[in-house]
Amino acid sequence: MTETALDVESTTSRTPVLSARDIVKHFPVHGGGILRRRIGDVHAVCGVSFDLYPNETLGLVGESGCGKSTTARVVLNLQPATAGEVSFEGQNLNSLGGKEMRRLRRSMQIVFQDPYASLDPRIPVNEIIAEPLRIHGLYENGGKERVRELLATVGLRPEHGNRFPHEFSGGQRQRIGVARALALEPKVLVLDEPVSALDVSIQAGVLNLLQDLQAELGLSYLFVSHDLSVVRHVADRIAVMYLGRIVEIAPAEQLFERPAHPYTQALISAIPVPDPRKERTRQRIVITGDVPSPANPPSGCRFRTRCPKFANELSEGERKLCVDEVPELVDRGQGHPSACHYAESAQLL
Amino acid sequence: MTPTDPTATTGDTVLEVEDLTVQFPTDEGLVQAVRGVSYELRRGEVLGIVGESGSGKSVTSLAVMGLLPKTARVSGSVRFNGRELLESGDKELSRVRGRGISMVFQDPMTSLNPVYTIGDQIAETLLVHNDITKQAARKQAVELLETVHIPNPEQRAKAYPHELSGGMRQRVVIAIAMANQPDVIIADEPTTALDVTVQAQILEALRTAQNETGAAMILITHDLGVIAGQADRVMVMYAGKPVEKGTADEVFYTPRMPYTLGLLGSLPRLDVKTDRLTPIAGAPPSVINMPPGCPFSPRCPLAEDICDQEEPSLEPGSNPEHLAACHFSYRVEGHAPADLFRQAADDPLPTGATEGEVRE
Repeated sequence: MTETALDVESTTSRTPVLSARDIVKHFPVHGGGILRRRIGDVHAVCGVSFDLYPNETLGLVGESGCGKSTTARVVLNLQPATAGEVSFEGQNLNSLGGKEMRRLRRSMQIVFQDPYASLDPRIPVNEIIAEPLRIHGLYENGGKERVRELLATVGLRPEHGNRFPHEFSGGQRQRIGVARALALEPKVLVLDEPVSALDVSIQAGVLNLLQDLQAELGLSYLFVSHDLSVVRHVADRIAVMYLGRIVEIAPAEQLFERPAHPYTQALISAIPVPDPRKERTRQRIVITGDVPSPANPPSGCRFRTRCPKFANELSEGERKLCVDEVPELVDRGQGHPSACHYAESAQLL
Repeated sequence: MTPTDPTATTGDTVLEVEDLTVQFPTDEGLVQAVRGVSYELRRGEVLGIVGESGSGKSVTSLAVMGLLPKTARVSGSVRFNGRELLESGDKELSRVRGRGISMVFQDPMTSLNPVYTIGDQIAETLLVHNDITKQAARKQAVELLETVHIPNPEQRAKAYPHELSGGMRQRVVIAIAMANQPDVIIADEPTTALDVTVQAQILEALRTAQNETGAAMILITHDLGVIAGQADRVMVMYAGKPVEKGTADEVFYTPRMPYTLGLLGSLPRLDVKTDRLTPIAGAPPSVINMPPGCPFSPRCPLAEDICDQEEPSLEPGSNPEHLAACHFSYRVEGHAPADLFRQAADDPLPTGATEGEVRE
């Protein structure tokens, strides 16, 4: 991950391993009557596009309800998109039949947030890791040895493979989840809040493991998290989401050094750092209120109801644009794309 | 904010906890949740208690409030304004709870009653402890909602908890906690269930509550960032015991206990780009049938024979108020996390030497 700066520069010339174009995902909301008629939609994801390049980590961050996990699921075709297109190495997932999709799943795997809920408690760890191999008909041919190898790869003792999930600690379980995801030698791993359920001293070990695996196996990560500190540490590029849309996307260092979108700025300034002197002198952009309901998002810019810039700096005339027009995700002179009509770089750290 | 706060008269202790232990008998053995916690809380200060899950940080405060189940065995001493609380009956404790010491819990959905309006719930706290009319209580409730920055307090007072967002609910809980001008507010992971932008708002509301009432605060959290920004003094807990105590600056900049240093090294930071974290090997010990010696020694890079035989007590260093429980604290001072925990960090691929080690 040290070569990131170079990589990001050259990404334009490389072909993405995974591409998402204008993904939209709506969930129906039903009424309470006998007919349970559809009375509206929750707009979970609205026109999200991104590319994931080989051997790269793309961080997808945002607060609860911003659509980051839904995006991850749609990308893997675990949930069908309402509209939009996902392609893996140029192959459009929407056009694939069940059989072809299954074959493609070998290349795209997921690690879930909760290591307590994502492992079947009645199956020994060996079998949990062997399951994907069996499903894809790969177990007969040296599967047993492969499982031992996988356990060692994630830092567990192969001889403990006949134990059950409850005999392992949280961090170890998450390692088991990673081993299972690696079993089919995927190219892309979707990590959905992989360390959020772990204590910090344990979290660090899992993050290091993920870094090592990426370097060793050349994996691409879509790293979904609410924790900007973790994402800064692991990601090469970061996309910030708010209410179903990407509001800013940039190389990790650039995003922290000169965030352009008021939401990104507020987010960065709201996160406490473990440094008392810095904390005491830090400038805080406190945004008021809560995230609006995705069933009835604001018109125009979705952040405008909480935007400090909208409230304090813009004139009546300028505000009209925020209300009427959805800001596009384009570079407005800050060196990377942001979705704010009045984007302006700020230095916060 | 600082110990020189005008409301803080130095040496004026409101809460004094001495050698507090809490044990729970279970089928598998005696769970030693808290194994000897002592601290003093001075008027107007913020004491941050930090630790990972199972370190006993929450149980400590529940014991102080007398809120543990009857099966818990509690010993030691808790003195609030000089009065012993552990020997007090339930009736006496009820007079202290909410008036002398109040609490803000992690999950505002479960700490509010879903079938009463929030206005009624705030008024209830006032009516229980004061001889005032219902009308006066209701009026005061609205004022309190305004203090914690709830918009349209007049109308919101008539709302039920489910009609409010998580952040708003936590503000209501804070309003209840400050209603009777307590001397101590205990906030137990008050922002853990909330998003960061809302967390910033709640921390500000807590600060307001503290300034308005002049209360001292105990802030319990696993988040070192929150502690750094809020606490005057910090107590780090591990396996049911405080392992380091000092001012926020001392604990963060010159830690004397390997565990504290390890925690700081494990933390990915927003403000600094780190290439590699230095995790602490292993996992916290089971608090059932604890072995003798320092509970951190199996994970500690400095551990020697004495660490497995004798549990170190909290001892001062060059600064008499900066305490650490480590036989080799002098070897921790002045080191970066990577110096001490290098071994684990340099492992090319963790091969069972790190956290991957299965607990035996």
